[in-house]
Amino acid sequence: MVSLVLPRLLAPGGPARRSATMIERNVATLRGAYWIVVASGLLEPVLYLLSIGVGVGALIGDLTLADGRVVRYAEFVAPAMLASSAMTGALAETTFNFFGKMKYQKLYDGILATPVRPIEIALGELVWAMLRGTIYAAAFLALMIAMDLTTPARALAALAATVLVGFTFGALGMALSTFMKSWQDFDLISSVQFALFLFSGTFVPATAYPAVLQWVVEVTPLYRAVHLIRALTLGGVTWTNVIDVLYLLVLLALGLVAAGRRMGKLLLS
Amino acid sequence: MALIRARGLVKRFGDFTAVDGIDVEVRAGEAFGFLGPNGAGKSSTMRMIGCVSPPSDGELSILGLDPRRDGPAIRARLGVCPQLDNLDAELSVRENLTTYARFFGIPRKVARRRADELLDFVQLSERADAKVEPLSGGMKRRLTIARALVNEPEIVLLDEPTTGLDPQARHLVWERLFRLKQQGVTLVLTTHYMDEAEQLCDRLVVMDGGRIVAEGSPRALIERYSTREVVELRFAAESQEPFAAKLTGVGERVEVLPDRVLVYAADGDEAVAEVQRRALAPAGVLVRRSSLEDVFLHLTGRTLVD
Repeated sequence: MVSLVLPRLLAPGGPARRSATMIERNVATLRGAYWIVVASGLLEPVLYLLSIGVGVGALIGDLTLADGRVVRYAEFVAPAMLASSAMTGALAETTFNFFGKMKYQKLYDGILATPVRPIEIALGELVWAMLRGTIYAAAFLALMIAMDLTTPARALAALAATVLVGFTFGALGMALSTFMKSWQDFDLISSVQFALFLFSGTFVPATAYPAVLQWVVEVTPLYRAVHLIRALTLGGVTWTNVIDVLYLLVLLALGLVAAGRRMGKLLLS
Repeated sequence: MALIRARGLVKRFGDFTAVDGIDVEVRAGEAFGFLGPNGAGKSSTMRMIGCVSPPSDGELSILGLDPRRDGPAIRARLGVCPQLDNLDAELSVRENLTTYARFFGIPRKVARRRADELLDFVQLSERADAKVEPLSGGMKRRLTIARALVNEPEIVLLDEPTTGLDPQARHLVWERLFRLKQQGVTLVLTTHYMDEAEQLCDRLVVMDGGRIVAEGSPRALIERYSTREVVELRFAAESQEPFAAKLTGVGERVEVLPDRVLVYAADGDEAVAEVQRRALAPAGVLVRRSSLEDVFLHLTGRTLVD
């Protein structure tokens, strides 16, 4: 599917340029207040890292990983916070903001009267969401380096992975938003998001769960994201991380195509 | 040459048929109107022409292209002013134009220059840096019209361009649209205001229930579906109905309304004289020229459809 969609999207002058214009529009709307929202999104994972990673970590002590290595609890929790904040940043932009723009602001109705196509709007909004997630990730990784929770080289690899995670959750969020009828429906997304945040091997290794539950946890997207980023910040990448990447790529493509199709159905009726 | 050409055009939403097989031809440089009550299928037709709604059936060709295949290429050459303003509330007045221009791939510098020209054209230069939200309805509509012109379109689609505006704002919009027409831009508009259609349209179709019920210039329609003059008679009585029978033979057609009786006649004064000869003594008499409104109500009926 990716091989079908991507070449068409990246053709020079056409769709890619039009998607970029969507980002240009979002940049033009940036005002002071927006940065407060962005800053608050940055604060959350830092607070979790300090309170649970460092605070609770002091009570827990060190943790033995599956491969036998012993790491500090904060080292274990930090990459999970990074993955979740990438998810949160991308979802905030592609659920609430996207839904508001589509349903209430009627922003896309105006844009669709131009040569721009729904999939191009979806891609533009997605890249935009990813940019926000990447800002969170970069700042958080800088903090991790400062706290000696990872190395600069590993942080760089983790940043690339975070971009992928942001992209995937952004595409999923956008696809889900096209099925939402009202703001109340978003409580459901928030609940699922919070459950993912708590149980995706974030605070406790998935191996701590009963076998059946562990299997459930391991197929959730945030678990794959945490698994990938943790392997990168702690070192110890294995072939299972290739599965993480493929899994996230497939979800990304499915989400993006679904979002584009659904937008077309809703707005071009 | 026909810029827009529809043959048996149909739009269905599930079981509901909004547009039921219409034939339309719009020529370059003319102002063409879709006239009809709410629910007649005007907006659905406009959305199909704007390539944001695929036709369910029939043929449609715009600028010689097929909207099913060449949507983006056609939209690049159209300007659209929708019924409900969908301006970008997060951008300023000028940014609404410059950003919109970018969606057409217009270079930034050109976009800025064109935005300034268009703001001048719709008399909004002084509000260029203002937010969109506090603008009046008339200003928002003018800005939407300016936005529709940012790509120098060959056809401008205007869906009820003056609905909800006060008289001053309406006249300003009409005047700007008239200037566009003079510049050779093809205008396609929907309206349920007869004065708007008479003012702006070279040719129009009257739609009702998804079909075209009449077609022609405003003058030709009045000649064909109405009389030259209309006499409005008001009788001082509970019901106007009994008087209708006594008016048989006066004028060409008589219509009874709750508060008055309309007599359609080629010569209004002659009809009034006949009324007096029959000693009917109405409390009020008004002779006026027939308007498009008479045609419209005759064709689409007086029943409220909402």
